[in-house]
Amino acid sequence: MSKVTNILVCGVGGQGVMTATEILAEAAISLGFDVKKTEVAGMSQRGGVVTSHLRFGPEVLSPQILPGEADMLIGFESAEALRWGHMLRPGGVALVNSGRIVPPVVNIGLFDYPEQPVAQMCELGLRVHDFDATALAVQLGNIRLGNTVMLGASSDWLPFPAEVLRDAVLARFGSRKPKLVDVNREAFEAGRRAVAGETLAA
Amino acid sequence: MSASQPVPAAARLFLSGNEAVARAVWEAGTRVAAAYPGTPSTEILEVLAKYPDLYTEWSVNEKVALEVALGASMVGARAFCAMKHVGLNVASDALMTMTVTGTEGGLVIAVADDVGMSSSQNEQDSRYWGRFAHLPVLEPADSQEAYAMTRAAFALSERFRTPVILRLTTRICHVKGVVVAGEREAVEPGGFTKDPRRWVMVPGNAKPRLPLMFEREAAVRAEAENSPLNFRVDGSDRRIGFVTSGPAFMHVREAFPDAPVFKLGLSCPPPIESLREFAATVDSLLVVEETEPLLETELKAAGIACHGKDVLPRTGELAPDALHLGVARLRGEVVAEPEHVVPQQVFPRPPTMCVACPHLGVYYTLSQMRNVMIAGDIGCYTLGAGHPWNALDSCISMGASMGTALGMDKGRGKVDANKKVVAVIGDSTFMHMGMQGLLDITWNRGNVTVLLLDNRAVGMTGGQDNPGSGRDLHGEETTRVDFAKLCEALGVKKERIRVLDPYQLPVLFKALREETKIEEPSVIITDRPCVLIDHYVPTKPYLVKEDRCTGCGNCVDVGCPAIHVIRRDKEVKASGKEVDLSFVRIDTSACTGCGLCVQPCAPEAIIHAEPVQPLQPMQFVRK
Ligand code: SF4
Ligand code: SF4
Repeated sequence: MSKVTNILVCGVGGQGVMTATEILAEAAISLGFDVKKTEVAGMSQRGGVVTSHLRFGPEVLSPQILPGEADMLIGFESAEALRWGHMLRPGGVALVNSGRIVPPVVNIGLFDYPEQPVAQMCELGLRVHDFDATALAVQLGNIRLGNTVMLGASSDWLPFPAEVLRDAVLARFGSRKPKLVDVNREAFEAGRRAVAGETLAA
Repeated sequence: MSASQPVPAAARLFLSGNEAVARAVWEAGTRVAAAYPGTPSTEILEVLAKYPDLYTEWSVNEKVALEVALGASMVGARAFCAMKHVGLNVASDALMTMTVTGTEGGLVIAVADDVGMSSSQNEQDSRYWGRFAHLPVLEPADSQEAYAMTRAAFALSERFRTPVILRLTTRICHVKGVVVAGEREAVEPGGFTKDPRRWVMVPGNAKPRLPLMFEREAAVRAEAENSPLNFRVDGSDRRIGFVTSGPAFMHVREAFPDAPVFKLGLSCPPPIESLREFAATVDSLLVVEETEPLLETELKAAGIACHGKDVLPRTGELAPDALHLGVARLRGEVVAEPEHVVPQQVFPRPPTMCVACPHLGVYYTLSQMRNVMIAGDIGCYTLGAGHPWNALDSCISMGASMGTALGMDKGRGKVDANKKVVAVIGDSTFMHMGMQGLLDITWNRGNVTVLLLDNRAVGMTGGQDNPGSGRDLHGEETTRVDFAKLCEALGVKKERIRVLDPYQLPVLFKALREETKIEEPSVIITDRPCVLIDHYVPTKPYLVKEDRCTGCGNCVDVGCPAIHVIRRDKEVKASGKEVDLSFVRIDTSACTGCGLCVQPCAPEAIIHAEPVQPLQPMQFVRK
């Protein structure tokens, strides 16, 4: 691989967007790539918008992904995926959690939540794979596994074997709490199955 | 001192700029490091605190942090302090004298500019402080350079006996990259030498030192001309040569891989003669600097023709897209619209207070009050300016709520005569800069009600400790300030100081009404911990009995993010007036049971749910 791979992870502050990107970065580092990772976030804690940029390749200069240059968009929340859809390059792929997080400004009636964010993305000509990662995580027993589910979903689109990412996930959780390893492995595979059958266009 | 072992040397580490600086500070044999938390600089001290063999502290403000560092330097120890850009304004009084005394042990000041303003009240170019104080400024471009330049900064500081400013930006502090680190040096402090002519800055001693400052500046300038921190990258396309520093260098290389670039690491004082030579090798020169046209002005003053802010944005980051546009403008090219999808208009998602934040009730109460002018302050309190509370009328700088409120009180005319003046400030902010303002209020008999929201942490930056939390940077127990006594000492009458629970809305409302009526300074201290800190204990969550909910929306106005509107409706009252209804559900997995929303709910529709798995706020929400 001679070019730089650009992955944009987006979601809402508190969802674990940064941790997920960190794990993706660890996988890329373990393969010897030069890696840069940055957050573009206005007060990302406290429920604001979060985007995390990950770039890896033989040499990475700027840490930022430009609009229209992302190879992959990993959207942890539907409306956020729609917000950042323009970052994808033609032929790039978006993996989207169809779960929703409705902010207070929508609750108090100042704005509307888009009715069909994923459908809107498709209309724009984007390649989108959506599934309810939140529901999957809840089924597996802990809503926090959503993070690993999303990583699993992304794993077959990466320019390296899915196992490398899976090992990075397990290493991360295994080092903190060994008993989390099995359930994370399961979550990873569940995410992988949820979007199985396609690969990233060159 | 907690001593989790630092990562081994020579490994390929994946570090943020802040982590890289911390590593380098430790390796440099530093003995004392101090800071006040502030985005984007906070993590430097948090990380450094985990390293062994050095003293680290949160100071009450940046000026104190810098003074602590200077004291250590005086006794010959290597010292470090960190702050965000607005923090250097606070520390500047000490800085402007330190530039005259100079230093003994190496002293490095890391200043993190919030370029692009992700969480600050202004955008400001700290490189000016280097010019103002005649101090060297180093500007790294990524984590590896942040590491290497921090090491270099200590050496430079000791060679020239000067404080050195390490200018970071958000895009250094919070970008992670690969860093190869080294070992810790053993540096033994040389000891203090009594020398009043150097350290006692009365005019008679300071005057003879001023020329030394300019001699030093000239010497550093000569160093800059030859320093390996300033280097050229050759390029085949000589139409435009770039002069740049900091992360802008990476963006330039990314956007124009074939262009010649002069990269400044030791950027103040600038190596004018080397830049003049470089300019002669290209058709035109473009200075790419964040954020002020500082170097551009210096080059022009030296007679070197160049472009800069005439084609580049005046504010914010200079990422590759901004550069492409600027260069096209310079070349007189027409810029083709890029062929990607345009951004979609999606609702804004401003940051909001956490589920169960102890400030929710305070802002809810304030939003219910009529005829008040509310001077706000820095921190999570600022979030009260947003929806649904809209309960702040100003926010200027750290601690400014006090003075602003007094000014509103004293300056008001007839139209505002009946209004109450309230100032809202947090515990940490109060100790940082607010105390003096309160003293001014009491001394000058201001009619201001101060809400001192004690959440025992620096909430906005992630819950760091302060003298009000009773713990230090290492989490160890220490003296805890007594705010009521402190306010009393500052001149507030004892009977005008109340300490209460911000989750008890009626008590809060009554206290506010009473205190704002009395025409003298009063302080209402609310005392509940921030939900982000370890000491916060969640209790049983609530749910909404849907058959009892009348859709009045009162609970929504509290502003807790765990309350969701599931259905809207309209109702025509007997009077013929149409009212909006919002029927709600509580996200039980996020709710921590603070009970705030229960209080404004007349039909008692909000009741305890069965215990559920405790979760952090703002996790995934089910559809
Ligand atoms: S961080 Fe603490 S103080 Fe800030 S909004 Fe959250 S709970 Fe409130
Ligand atoms: S305050 Fe009570 S009745 Fe009103 S919307 Fe909330 S739950 Fe329903």
